[in-house]
Amino acid sequence: MKDIKQDGPPRTEPIQSATFTQSINAEIRRAAATGIYDIRGGGAKRKVPHFDDLLFLGASMSRYPLEGYREKCETSVTLGTRFAANPIELDTPITIAGMSFGALSGPAKEALGRGATLAGTSTTTGDGGMTPEERGHSNKLVYQYLPSRYGMNPDDLRKADAIEVVVGQGAKPGGGGMLLGQKISDRVAEMRNLPKGIDQRSPCRHPDWTGPDDLEIKILELREITAWKVPIYIKVGGARPYFDTTLAVKAGADVVVLDGMQGGTAATQDVFIEHVGQPILACIREAVRALQDLGMHREVQLIVSGGVRTGADVAKCMALGADAVAIGTAALIALGDNDPRWEDEYQKLGTTAGAYDDWHEGQDPAGITTQDPELMSRFDPIEGGRRLNNYLKVMTLEAQTIARACGKNHLHNLEPEDLCALTMEAAAMAKIPLAGTDWYPGKPGSSY
Amino acid sequence: MQTIDLEAEGLRHLNATLHAQSQETNQTAWEVINPRGSHAIACGLDAPIEVAVKGSTGYYCAGMNKQATVRVHGSAGPGVAENMMSGMVVIDGDASQYAGATGHGGTLVIKGNASSRCGISMKGIDIVVHGNVGHMSAFMAQSGNLVVCGDAGDALGDSIYEARLFVRGSVKSLGADCIEKEMRPEHLEILADLLEKGDCDAKPEEFKRYGSARKLYNFNIDNAY
Ligand SMILES: Cc1cc2nc3c(=O)[nH]c(=O)nc-3n(C[C@H](O)[C@H](O)[C@H](O)COP(=O)(O)O)c2cc1C
Repeated sequence: MKDIKQDGPPRTEPIQSATFTQSINAEIRRAAATGIYDIRGGGAKRKVPHFDDLLFLGASMSRYPLEGYREKCETSVTLGTRFAANPIELDTPITIAGMSFGALSGPAKEALGRGATLAGTSTTTGDGGMTPEERGHSNKLVYQYLPSRYGMNPDDLRKADAIEVVVGQGAKPGGGGMLLGQKISDRVAEMRNLPKGIDQRSPCRHPDWTGPDDLEIKILELREITAWKVPIYIKVGGARPYFDTTLAVKAGADVVVLDGMQGGTAATQDVFIEHVGQPILACIREAVRALQDLGMHREVQLIVSGGVRTGADVAKCMALGADAVAIGTAALIALGDNDPRWEDEYQKLGTTAGAYDDWHEGQDPAGITTQDPELMSRFDPIEGGRRLNNYLKVMTLEAQTIARACGKNHLHNLEPEDLCALTMEAAAMAKIPLAGTDWYPGKPGSSY
Repeated sequence: MQTIDLEAEGLRHLNATLHAQSQETNQTAWEVINPRGSHAIACGLDAPIEVAVKGSTGYYCAGMNKQATVRVHGSAGPGVAENMMSGMVVIDGDASQYAGATGHGGTLVIKGNASSRCGISMKGIDIVVHGNVGHMSAFMAQSGNLVVCGDAGDALGDSIYEARLFVRGSVKSLGADCIEKEMRPEHLEILADLLEKGDCDAKPEEFKRYGSARKLYNFNIDNAY
């Protein structure tokens, strides 16, 4: 900062507090005026150690790269090889995460199905059940089994290509959900067996099991009902990844889905989103270690999510030991969420493109997180599907580019040794050597 | 009558055989012997068949049932008839926790007592309990009817939505937003019908009705604690 000339006697410059920042103060004033905590959608907005803090080393004298465009670099992945008769085979390891019908409009769900199908990957239902549009347009559809059991029925269960038992979400490990009355249209109300226009609470615990021992029996029931055909995933938020993964495997999971704290949500208290859970960077190696300790790495597949945006992020997840990733927020942005073309309308809602997160209010100018027929009609599911497919293709190509540069003919051959860390924090969390060293904090055999 | 010995033939064989029954099956009467508290017995049925389980069952017996009639000649473990869609499930003995949880339809009759969280999150099922129910029964109950001929434990109907609760005996305490409601003629009629279905000789006039005060229906910070 340059010195500014002061008139009159010398005095202290006004200094803004780093603790009481302008946005903290604004939030204090908002809380004081309304008496209500802030509820919003999206994921953590604070900066946390992330994939940007890792870099690939690339090939050199000691590593042999693959030719950028012409040499084969596989991207396929098979999920659910442990117990299921029909594991899921995907062309790309980038899957679409569970997002509820209710939070998202019917056409938005349809677009996710279309895009995922074009790209050869799976999409996932969410709270509120399975819609026919979504099933019809999704070649591979994962059916979420949630605490609320809204819309849950054995017919849809048997139509699913996999079942995902949701124990938690990265945005709110230990929390449930709430769909505000504004978004409860006739159709949403009917699917959830509740009156129109009232707030719908999604509990944080399942109604008929409490811990890993009875979850194991619940999974037995789900397998019996679906004749042991489809894979069963268990989704957990990034809380205690080593133990959560261990217990999920014990409970009989074919696949563990691990969602870090940056992961998006349709609606939760801001305090929950920003202050509960661990960043995904800190979770992946611990989950992989749990699988390795059980002799189950690659036997039980690991899908990770929470802030995955680019092919580089995908490649880094693979190098840390994941089998696949899931995207929520990024998929919505590809569909047109938070697009600056709606800036005038974001301004009217008191926000701006990129920052719009009041998804629970149902007024989304892009017509994605709404049940309002007028707003919904702005969104074209065919065009949305095309855009999502493009985006998934680009991410896959980017991940391949990196894998080839590291001399790998399959994304799954990427390994921790291909990475270095830019910060001490990332080095410690991902157990990846700090750039320029062979050391990370906590490395066995080192005294720091 | 077809008999399956669960101990000898295994769970997969039992359920696969019952799942293979079509709408038009003429093998409508089934008997399961040696259940010995096994889990997931006769779950996911979807045909108009009658299954008699000769003994007590573990978790999730008759889970997600459609159309079938399942009778347990013994007691049932946790989550009996969970998420039932239609049909009928009768327990001659007692039922453990979460009986009829999230059930969407059909009728669950428990001749003995039910433990805690009976009818939790129920979504249209009718449940008739001849004895008592434990604490937190009908938690977040959305729709359907819960009839309790004995007493109800603590926090009955906490955060209840539109389900109707009928209790003949005492209620230890009501949960948040659950209140006693007027018993009108149409309720007596519904109750008489349920008691008949549940093979219960109690009189509708002996019951009190409970339901939602509907004060938690829209988010209000004064309700948080
Ligand atoms: C609009 C929206 C709705 C969601 N609904 C659900 C849901 O119903 N069930 C669930 O398990 N997760 C839900 N999630 C979380 C996603 O499945 C996923 O964990 C998260 O979006 C991944 O992080 P990302 O958004 O950074 O990609 C939702 C996320 C969003 C953005």
